Amino acid sequence: MAGTGKAHLRPTNENVLLRVEDLVVEFPVGRTGLKVNAVSGISFDVLRGETLGLVGESGCGKSTTGRAVMQLRRPEGGSVVFEGRELTSMSHHDMREARTRMQMIFQDPISSLNPRRKVRDIVMEPLSIWKRGTEAERNTKVDALLSEVGIDPERAAESQPHQFSGGQCQRISIARSLVLDPTLIICDEPVSALDVSVQAQVLNLLEDLKAKHGLTLIFIAHDLAVVKNISDRIAVMYLGKLCEVAPSDVLYQTPAHHYTAVLLNSIPVPDPEVAVQKVAIEGEPPSPVLPPPGCRFNPRCPAADDRCRLEEPQLREIGAGHFVACHHPLVGGDAPVALRAPS
Amino acid sequence: MSTVNITQAATRDIHGPLLELHDVRTHFATGRGLVRAVDGVSFSLERGKALGIVGESGSGKTILARSIMGLLPVRGTHRSGSIKFAGREIGNLGRKQMRSVWGREMAMIFQDPMTSLNPLMKIGAQIVEPLRIHLGMARGDAIATARRLLQDVRIPEADRRLEQYPHELSGGMRQRVMIAIAMACGPTVLFADEPTTALDVTVQAQILELLAEQRRDRNMSVVLVTHDLGVVAGHTDEIAVMYAGKLVERAPTKRLFAAMKMPYTEALLASIPKMADASHTRLAVIPGRPPDLVHPPTGCRFAPRCPYTRDKCLSEEPPLVVTPDDPLHSFACWYPVGSPEYHESRERNAAKKNTVEAA
Repeated sequence: MAGTGKAHLRPTNENVLLRVEDLVVEFPVGRTGLKVNAVSGISFDVLRGETLGLVGESGCGKSTTGRAVMQLRRPEGGSVVFEGRELTSMSHHDMREARTRMQMIFQDPISSLNPRRKVRDIVMEPLSIWKRGTEAERNTKVDALLSEVGIDPERAAESQPHQFSGGQCQRISIARSLVLDPTLIICDEPVSALDVSVQAQVLNLLEDLKAKHGLTLIFIAHDLAVVKNISDRIAVMYLGKLCEVAPSDVLYQTPAHHYTAVLLNSIPVPDPEVAVQKVAIEGEPPSPVLPPPGCRFNPRCPAADDRCRLEEPQLREIGAGHFVACHHPLVGGDAPVALRAPS
Repeated sequence: MSTVNITQAATRDIHGPLLELHDVRTHFATGRGLVRAVDGVSFSLERGKALGIVGESGSGKTILARSIMGLLPVRGTHRSGSIKFAGREIGNLGRKQMRSVWGREMAMIFQDPMTSLNPLMKIGAQIVEPLRIHLGMARGDAIATARRLLQDVRIPEADRRLEQYPHELSGGMRQRVMIAIAMACGPTVLFADEPTTALDVTVQAQILELLAEQRRDRNMSVVLVTHDLGVVAGHTDEIAVMYAGKLVERAPTKRLFAAMKMPYTEALLASIPKMADASHTRLAVIPGRPPDLVHPPTGCRFAPRCPYTRDKCLSEEPPLVVTPDDPLHSFACWYPVGSPEYHESRERNAAKKNTVEAA
C-alpha cells in the first residue's frame, strides 16, 4: 500500500473545502537519529458537505493526519489548504483564528472535558474567548445547542462531566465543537469507546447535525462498518500511506486493495449463519521507524512479488472515483492476480 | 491449602453441567443505597461450550462473571444464591479457598491487556508464576512450559518475548500473553471480559480465532462477556442476554439470531451498523439509558425504553419462561417479538410517531 500519488484529488474550485498534499509527519526517536514515519506523503481532499472516512489499524497514522490538518502538530512537509488558505505557513495567531472554523472531537469523551468545570461553562468557553455576541446571545446559543444534542441545559449548568455517562459526554463534546459555527469537524474515533446502542445514537446525531449546520466531516475510525455508515468517501491508510480511496458503497462492494479486503473480512458479522472468515492476515503492521521498501504492505500481502518489494505503487483510478495504490489489485488490474498459497 | 480440593481429575470426569448458577444475586451497599448489579440470575454451562453474555454497560455482565470467579470486594458486597462448579458449591468460598479454583479450574482475561499485566515483571516471570504456585512445577519445567504457551498463542520469537516487559509489546500481543497466562494451569472455564474491545478489528479477529482454537484443543468452556452481538455471533454456542442485572433471553446462538423473542435483544442487534446497508442508512437506536439499579423500574426493567410497551409491562415483572416450541430458548417478556400484541403495539407506536412527525 502504499502509495503516494495525487490522481484522486479533484480539481480545485470553490467546492473543495480542504486539500492536503504530500503531508509528512515524523517523530524523532530519542537521540538515535531515527524517526517514526507516522505519515509519509499522503494527499486527499474533502468537498464541502462531504464526509470523508479515514480508516486503518492503530499506528497507521490516521489520528496523526487529523492532528496535522489542525496544525496541532506542524507537519514536517506538505501543504494543507483549508478554505483557500495555506495553513502550514500560517502564523500562530492566524492559525488560532482558523481553528475556529475547524474543530475536533476526540475518542475519550470523559477525559476531553475539564472535570472541574460545569458542563454548560465548558460549552460556553469558546464563545467567551472569542467574545462572540452579547451575554444573552451566548446563553441562548449554548442552551439551544445543548438541547439539540440531547443534553438538558439546566442540568448542564449545575453538573460536572463525571455526572454524565460516556455517551452524554460525547454529546457535550459535540456541542462544544459546534458552538463557534465551524465548517469542518474532525472526529477522531468518536464512538469507539461507546456501547453499540449509544454508538448508534451518536452516529445518528452527527448525521443530523451535519445536515442542519451544513458541516463537512472527517471521520477517523478503525471500525469499517461504522465508517461506511457515515461516510461518502473513504480513504484506507496503512503505515503512513494511502492504499485506496473510493466512494463508501464502492469500497465495500469491490475492494481493490488486499489490505482493504482484509479489513472487511475481519469485521464480525452479527449473524451466526455467516461462517466466520478465517483470518486472512497474520501478525501486525511492521514498525514505522523502518518501514519496508516498495509497497509498505508487501510483507503481509498475499499477492506480493518482487516488484512490490522494490517499487512503491502510485494511486491510480480503476473506476469512477475509485483509486488504488497496488501493483496487483483485486479488481481493475492488468493481469490476473496470482495469490500466494497460504502457508 | 487443603480446605477445598476440587482436583482437576474430578472435573475432567464430571457429567452434567460444569457450571450451574441458581438465583445468583450480587448487591453493593453504596451511599445512594443498594445497587442491585446482579439480581437473580440462573443458568448452566456444559463442558467445552462457549457462552456469550451480552448487554450494555451497566447491565451487570461483568459483575456476574466476577461473582462466579469470586473476584469482588468483600466489604459492602452482598452475594446470595448458589454457584456450583463441577457439582461443588463455590459461591460461599472465601478468597483463600478460591485460590485452588483460580488458575487451575477457572481463569479470566480482561478488556485492557495493558493494566492487567504487571508492568514491572518480565513476561516470562508472569507466566511462570501461576505454574509454580498452582501446579508446583520446578523452575526449569515452568520456563519450558511458558515458552510452549507463548508458541500456543502464536507469539513469534518466544524466547525473546519471555525476557521482555509488557510495555515492549503491542496491545494484541499483550492480550495473547494474558491468554497464555490464563491457559497456563489448564483451566476448564475461561472467562473473557470484553477481550477484544480495546483492539483493532484485524487483531480482534485473530484473538477470537485463537480463543476458539484453544477451546477446541483443550475442551475448555469459554464465557465471552461483551456488548457486541457481532462478536458473539460467530464464536459462541449459546448466548445469554442481560439487562439491568437480569437474564432476559437465553438460547443457542443460531436459534437466538433466527428468532429473537426479547425486544431488547432485537434492539441491540438493530443498533449495529451493517456492512450490507448502504452508507448513510439511519441506525436504529435504543432511546434513553439503562435504569438506575438502586431504584430499578417496576414491572419489566426494559419497559421504559421498549417500543412495544403496554400497561402490563409497567406493572408486572415478566418471568424468564421457556419458548413453547423450543425448550432451549427462554426469554422474559410479556409480548415477545412475533406475538400478536407485539405487532399491534408496533403499529400503534408507528402511527403515533407519524402523527408527531406530521405535526
